[in-house]
Amino acid sequence: MNRFEYVRAGTVAEAVQALAADPNAKFIAGGTNLLDLMKYNVERPGRLVDITRLPLDRIEERDGALRIGALVTNANVAYDARVRAKAPLLANAILAGASAQLRNAASTGGNLLQRTRCYYFYDEATPCNKRVPGSGCPAIGGVNRIHAIFGTSEHCIATHPSDMCVALAALEATVQVSGPQGERSIAFADFHRLPGDTPEIDTDLTPGEIVVSVDVPTTDYGTHYTYLKLRDRLSYAFALVSVAAALELDGATIRSARLALGGVAHKPWRNREAEALLQGKPATRESFQAAADLIVGEAKPQSANGFKVELARRAIVRGLEQAAAGTPQSLTDKRIA
Amino acid sequence: MVATFSSTGRDTFVGSPQSRVDGPAKVTGLAKYAGEFAAPDLAHGYVVSSTIAKGSITAVDTAAAEAVPGVIKVFTHENRPRTAWLNYNYQDAVAPPGAPFRALYDDKIHYSGQPVALVVAEDFETARHAAALVKLDYEAEEPLTDTEAARDLAYVPPKKRNGIKPPPEPWGDPEGAYDRAPVKLSQDYRLAIEHHNPMEPHASTVVFEGDGKYTVYDKIQGVSNSQGYLASVFGLNKDDLRVMNPYLGGGFGSGLRPQYQLFLAMLAARELERSVRVALTRDQMWSFTYRPDALQTIALGADRDGALRSLRHDAIGGTSHFEDYQEVVVNWSGVLYKCENVALTYKIAKLDTFTPGDMRAPGAVTGVFAIETAMDELAYATGVDPIELRLRNFTDHDQTAQDKPFGSKALKSCFSEGAERFGWSRRDPEPRSMREGRELVGWGMATGVWESMMMQSGAHAILSADGKLEVGNSTGDIGTGTYTILTQIAADTLGLAMEDVTTKLGDTRLPEAPVAGGSWTAASSGTAVMKACRDVAEQAFRLARQMENSPLANVDLDRVVFTGGRIEVAGDPGRGVSLVEAMRAGGVDRLEATAQGAPDKDFNDAYEAYTHSAIFAEVKVDEELGQVRLTRVVSAVAAGKILNPKTARSQILGGVVMGIGSALEEESMLDHRLGRFMNHNLGEYHVPVNADIYDIDVIFVDEEDKANPLGVKGLGEIGIVGTAAAIANAVYHATGKRIRHLPITVDKILA
Repeated sequence: MNRFEYVRAGTVAEAVQALAADPNAKFIAGGTNLLDLMKYNVERPGRLVDITRLPLDRIEERDGALRIGALVTNANVAYDARVRAKAPLLANAILAGASAQLRNAASTGGNLLQRTRCYYFYDEATPCNKRVPGSGCPAIGGVNRIHAIFGTSEHCIATHPSDMCVALAALEATVQVSGPQGERSIAFADFHRLPGDTPEIDTDLTPGEIVVSVDVPTTDYGTHYTYLKLRDRLSYAFALVSVAAALELDGATIRSARLALGGVAHKPWRNREAEALLQGKPATRESFQAAADLIVGEAKPQSANGFKVELARRAIVRGLEQAAAGTPQSLTDKRIA
Repeated sequence: MVATFSSTGRDTFVGSPQSRVDGPAKVTGLAKYAGEFAAPDLAHGYVVSSTIAKGSITAVDTAAAEAVPGVIKVFTHENRPRTAWLNYNYQDAVAPPGAPFRALYDDKIHYSGQPVALVVAEDFETARHAAALVKLDYEAEEPLTDTEAARDLAYVPPKKRNGIKPPPEPWGDPEGAYDRAPVKLSQDYRLAIEHHNPMEPHASTVVFEGDGKYTVYDKIQGVSNSQGYLASVFGLNKDDLRVMNPYLGGGFGSGLRPQYQLFLAMLAARELERSVRVALTRDQMWSFTYRPDALQTIALGADRDGALRSLRHDAIGGTSHFEDYQEVVVNWSGVLYKCENVALTYKIAKLDTFTPGDMRAPGAVTGVFAIETAMDELAYATGVDPIELRLRNFTDHDQTAQDKPFGSKALKSCFSEGAERFGWSRRDPEPRSMREGRELVGWGMATGVWESMMMQSGAHAILSADGKLEVGNSTGDIGTGTYTILTQIAADTLGLAMEDVTTKLGDTRLPEAPVAGGSWTAASSGTAVMKACRDVAEQAFRLARQMENSPLANVDLDRVVFTGGRIEVAGDPGRGVSLVEAMRAGGVDRLEATAQGAPDKDFNDAYEAYTHSAIFAEVKVDEELGQVRLTRVVSAVAAGKILNPKTARSQILGGVVMGIGSALEEESMLDHRLGRFMNHNLGEYHVPVNADIYDIDVIFVDEEDKANPLGVKGLGEIGIVGTAAAIANAVYHATGKRIRHLPITVDKILA
């Protein structure tokens, strides 16, 4: 961990200015990821701009959406009565992640901006294109059991580790950002990038931009939804595969479907063709399998994560079954419904 | 005399559930660990670790690091102070044969993560910052870290490791008997490399006392080992080196040998003539010892009724290039089962890693997983119930040791009591026959076995004029409850309340005792403490008899009891004197004794001593999604006398949980191209979390053993042995899938 300066921003404008003025500065809020990265010398910011005093810690309901301030902790989102009533998928996903202690500290904006858990990215002894552009990707052909099967490039096969973001992708949230050029909205699907040949860039944010809030539409996905997370132990582990599934049903017919996968790509993975395929179909295992087949048809596994393809296929089917039945995966009953 | 402590013939505290005497200190933060002791002017060292696994350092540039204000010195192989020359000097008390690793010795890199520099600064943060500025260039060579790839290079270790029994010579005609056997099985088994990962990372604080004297706080399972190592490596007089470690935040074997942070802290303290602390980071916990991988093959030949005709167990374990680490992997098969044709072989193969080391039940976790899985396979191949199969092949004698009888072996009680508690009789043996909703249910069982050992140990007892007793020795309480059981033993032996007894451990000024390992501490330190207390009791009795008008004047020692702080005539509680009165009358302000506990040679000549267990596991498997939940475990243990059912149960619970980790989660993953463990943090190296653990039911069956006067066998390790096999067998019963390579992760269930 390097030495750094610490400043505190009082307003969003101050924060934006502080970052724009210093290319080596980083925002810090909960610090649950950044401090780890600093201890591993992966991030070496010269200055930390503390944004925890900014007035971004509220959840408001407006225009058919829940506006979640960037500084609302993951725990406060998950346990918020409005979120639980109107976007229960989001609450379900958040509570499937991390630990109570981390959720108490981690912020909404930070959750979006957390970095991959790729072993090589975290280990400065090894090359990594995301950490040191152009140095190579030893995860390819290496220890890649946890890596991506969708949207990879020859430069990077890392995954985005968030659970919350998978739900936000399914719910088609928008991210409000503020920056030197003013404010703008980014559709959630466009917020995270695929690695391509610039894997060092995780998101669509430009230098100096700060996440101000996340708007979650209050949709009709409050009944038939689930967040199904499959991992190597029952708590405090990143998803091998996770599925955020939400359905609107007309009796036994699917009016619309939302489906996003976690743990399988550099961003929450959505396949709109598969969602379209489900539309108008009966909510049966057969329909779900057809959608799953379509999605995993594009999968490109690595040397040690071939199992993720089949696991994803089955998890999609099970997730859609849970959603259709209106029995979201319980976070206290350890059995998978 | 066996198994009774109190001179009343009835134990008061021993045998009853007692909370840890060190519990309040631990939960309130008063208990200090090696990296927490302070000293005026304490400097902090931060270790720079090698990024390559094999090769050499071609250039060192410490200028940027040294330029950081607050940096005192950067030690590398280029400027290291001289230490002892001969390998012999670096061999600690439990070192395997070979040339122990020396940090900063030369430019050669032996393994990834090897310490290559130590940055010492005024504070930890400065040292850590400067460590990132040390620049090293390497010339890398291709490492070999894959045990499978090293298979053909494996060899029988020419020099045996002290205390580790090599496999016995084969007996009978294993090959012929296998060929002739109507039922044959031959399979490979494998366990992943595991790292100990105690909660407390390794740390050493060396306090420079001036005048060539040092007080050292080291994370070690026995301070005498660190003291001997430092004295010999740095040419110091043991009298000038006090080593302490009152508490250990878990060791599991990783603290048996002095690790490189101790060497570095001492090196810096001596050179700088000031106090230095070196604490390792969590990722550096992957930069030294580990439980090695072993390639195992078991071939069983049997009659159709399951009687073993031939047993062959071969293992190849990993070691480093500089030491021949050895553990007992294959012998357990010969110890557990009666068979007239047996071959057991054990080889090791050199890898470009640090030397593997003992990790909770070293070798047994590995080998017993294999044999106990193979026995389950034989149960299915013959249609014999797994317990019945084990009973058919039961032995009262140790065929690997001149057929000597076991001193005690209440394994049959473990089977019967465990089976009853678990409900084994309701099991339908057919795989995939039990289901609950979407989940397949599986029940599996296995046997556990561990050697019951005792080591020469000293202990002292000091009774003060106020009737308070202190006992202790230099061994460590590694979280097992040693403070508590020694307090119980001492209290009962002298008839005191536990509150009146203080146990001190982990200090080289106390009588010498070995490292706490091998589950031998209860027997070894317990016996020594009891003997020291008996000696004090006799001294008090003599004083009591000499008192004027002593009510004990004409009474012999064997007619009195020590109870309630008094010496009384047995059966006549009114006739007696208090210990305090006796001391006052005798004009002494303290009575003290030092005693030795040692293995009973006659017993060991006549008997073999092992601890046994039967483990029953229930899994529920969501086969479609590859999810295994371990919903129930019953561990029935035969370990002689149980000194403290509460701490004893905790030992078994911890062992079982670690066994669950080994079965389902733990795996240090090597990138063999880099020769580097990649998941070196607790987020990615999975150990069980609370959510993974359901009911664990521990049973201690009655067993009388006479290997030591306490009748105890030790419990630190037996809880883990066989647990992984019981779980793997349950997974087979649930799914029909036989998984022989641990851990049983999602991908293997789906495969």
